[in-house]
Amino acid sequence: MSKQFGILAFVVLTAAMAALPFGIGEYGHGVLVGMMSYIVLASAWALFSGPTRYVSLATVAFFGIGAYTVAVLADHLPFGAILVVAGVIGLGVALLVGMATLRLAGVYFVIFSFGLAELVRQLITWFETSVTHTLGRYIFVEITTVQIYWLLLGLAVITLALRWWIEQSRLGLAVHAIGDDETVARHAGVNVTGVKLALFAVSSVLITLAGAIQAPRWTYVEPSIVFNPTISFITLVMALLGGPGRMWGPVAGAVPLYFLFEWIATRFPDQNAVILGLVFVAIVFLVPGGLLSLIDKWRARGSGEQSHA
Amino acid sequence: MDFTRRGLVAATAVCALTLTSFSGMAAAQDRTSIRIGYAVSKTGVNAAGANTTTIPNYELWAQDVEAAGGLTLPDGSKLPLEIIAYDDRSATEDLVRSVERLARQDEVDFILAPWGTGFNLAVAPLFARFGYPQLAGTSVVPNIDGLSDRWPNSFWLLGSSEAYAHSLVDVLKPAVDNGALNGKVAMISIADGFGIELSSGAREAFTDAGLDLVMDKTYPLGTQDFATLLQEAEGSGADIFVAYSYPGDTFAITAQAKLASYNPKVFHPGVGTNFPVYAPMNDGKVEGVMSLGGIDANSPAIQDYLARHAEILGKAPDSWASPVIYASLQMLQQAIERKGLDREAVSAELASGTFDTILGSLSLEDNQLKDLWYIGQWQNGNFVGISPTDKAGVADAVIPKPDWN
Repeated sequence: MSKQFGILAFVVLTAAMAALPFGIGEYGHGVLVGMMSYIVLASAWALFSGPTRYVSLATVAFFGIGAYTVAVLADHLPFGAILVVAGVIGLGVALLVGMATLRLAGVYFVIFSFGLAELVRQLITWFETSVTHTLGRYIFVEITTVQIYWLLLGLAVITLALRWWIEQSRLGLAVHAIGDDETVARHAGVNVTGVKLALFAVSSVLITLAGAIQAPRWTYVEPSIVFNPTISFITLVMALLGGPGRMWGPVAGAVPLYFLFEWIATRFPDQNAVILGLVFVAIVFLVPGGLLSLIDKWRARGSGEQSHA
Repeated sequence: MDFTRRGLVAATAVCALTLTSFSGMAAAQDRTSIRIGYAVSKTGVNAAGANTTTIPNYELWAQDVEAAGGLTLPDGSKLPLEIIAYDDRSATEDLVRSVERLARQDEVDFILAPWGTGFNLAVAPLFARFGYPQLAGTSVVPNIDGLSDRWPNSFWLLGSSEAYAHSLVDVLKPAVDNGALNGKVAMISIADGFGIELSSGAREAFTDAGLDLVMDKTYPLGTQDFATLLQEAEGSGADIFVAYSYPGDTFAITAQAKLASYNPKVFHPGVGTNFPVYAPMNDGKVEGVMSLGGIDANSPAIQDYLARHAEILGKAPDSWASPVIYASLQMLQQAIERKGLDREAVSAELASGTFDTILGSLSLEDNQLKDLWYIGQWQNGNFVGISPTDKAGVADAVIPKPDWN
């Protein structure tokens, strides 16, 4: 009953989101693209990092790989085919990197994932400078902003549905066990490396696709543009604000923060960096468990007396 | 099952925020001002360049217009400026969205260009689609000729990489021919858009001119130690040292060359040489250093510009793109004075008209400004233009460059 209602609500919400571009102007479309992009990024990030508690700063590595794939192939393949290729490349890199590094734990993984973005960027730069002798690439793909938004919405639906399915399945149990204590999980018979690798790969492919879908909006791409580390940080902060451990947490973090950033950038362009820094600090101090954990707290307070009695 | 309640909360949040953010922002306009908008990188990786070159000149121009009582329209009336400035945080997606916002939400009359080659290319299709003229004063682009066909109201004012290379060759070639230089060139370049474009233009131009490129190396972004590269350049026996570097690298290259007493007959580092801080940073001992850009230090209009920039903004402008950006704003101002606020007419006027600016009388060819200083040299405390060698106000190149001390 509750499950059916949930699915129904999800479908209605998706339809409402799909209808949003009608009746708003081109700036509105741009805002929707940006918002949906961060919903996908934060949700995809939390798909791996939420339950396993591996903090990854590799978001922009995959995001950039997606964008760069489009830049390289834009003149040679239809857009749909490019997306498939981008997904496959993202998957390949994720598997390669995942197998090599998911043994790292804690801060070592954070540092590695941050370095990965820089590594990919330097590799592409090296290739372009030494082999093709050019760096910037033009992207001329005929696609409207609204179409990009719908593609991202589809990707967001897939991301959330995957998360939901994982939480329902035995895989979800295994993942949470890893997040709680990796050693215990291993002794309980969980294929720890396999589970982590699978999640990391799925999450990375989704992020790669998000970069690929958005790339046609930029016309011109070079490594310093698409491998902007700020994207990794913002994604992380959004997911943390909402609470990466829950299916809707990243969405609940991405939407308000996105509009806050947009508002700050337009109203206080000169104080942008300062205000953002203060916001980050406030999040860490005031809502360390994520916004959605506050709901649990209120609910616990409401029902607390009964349960204690 | 927590799914439903959380889902609903999130759904409500999404809808509420999305809807409220679009409503009631754009008010009806009655004509009491001319709205000018721009989005530049006030923060992030591009902030250093944007804050040195683009933003000060936008602010200076706005103050000048205000002091003059506003922008003049064809009927002689004046309207004050209303400036709307956004920060793109050095992210293309933010820049694209800001321009969409300026065009569709704020409905500004004109949009000023962002900072940097890549960023100007990124918004060119938007400016074209929304019908705004784009005066790109910080964009050095390759294959510049195709751009104005694709985006007819885009104007590229800082030249092409080929033009810089050929102008440098024009300075070097006579000195090689009369034996002052041995014709060997050592070139290093940063492995980034700027370095790659300029070095590939230079490679071709040097070869065509019969110069001998004895060293040709790239270095990655963020390099700080150039001792090895400079040693190799010195060891190569080249009289001509050329670096296509960014400001940080330029400062490091210069400091390390001085430290090692490496004093080639032609010393040409990249961007940053044209910055006002370059001379004081090196105790003023920069006589004879060449680089991109330059100004005509004897021009009264330029002297006046330098003085007002320093007085009003509290710092001197750079001697490359800064005057070009200010001149581009003067062009826009005069085009508006002739054609009013009709953007199509203003674009047509920019393409075909002649304008009186701090760089003298300017007109564009194929949407490009070709009459500008490509190569400059520090002489008596000014970074003066030495090429094109036939341009009015040109200074003679000093070759060989004097000793560092």
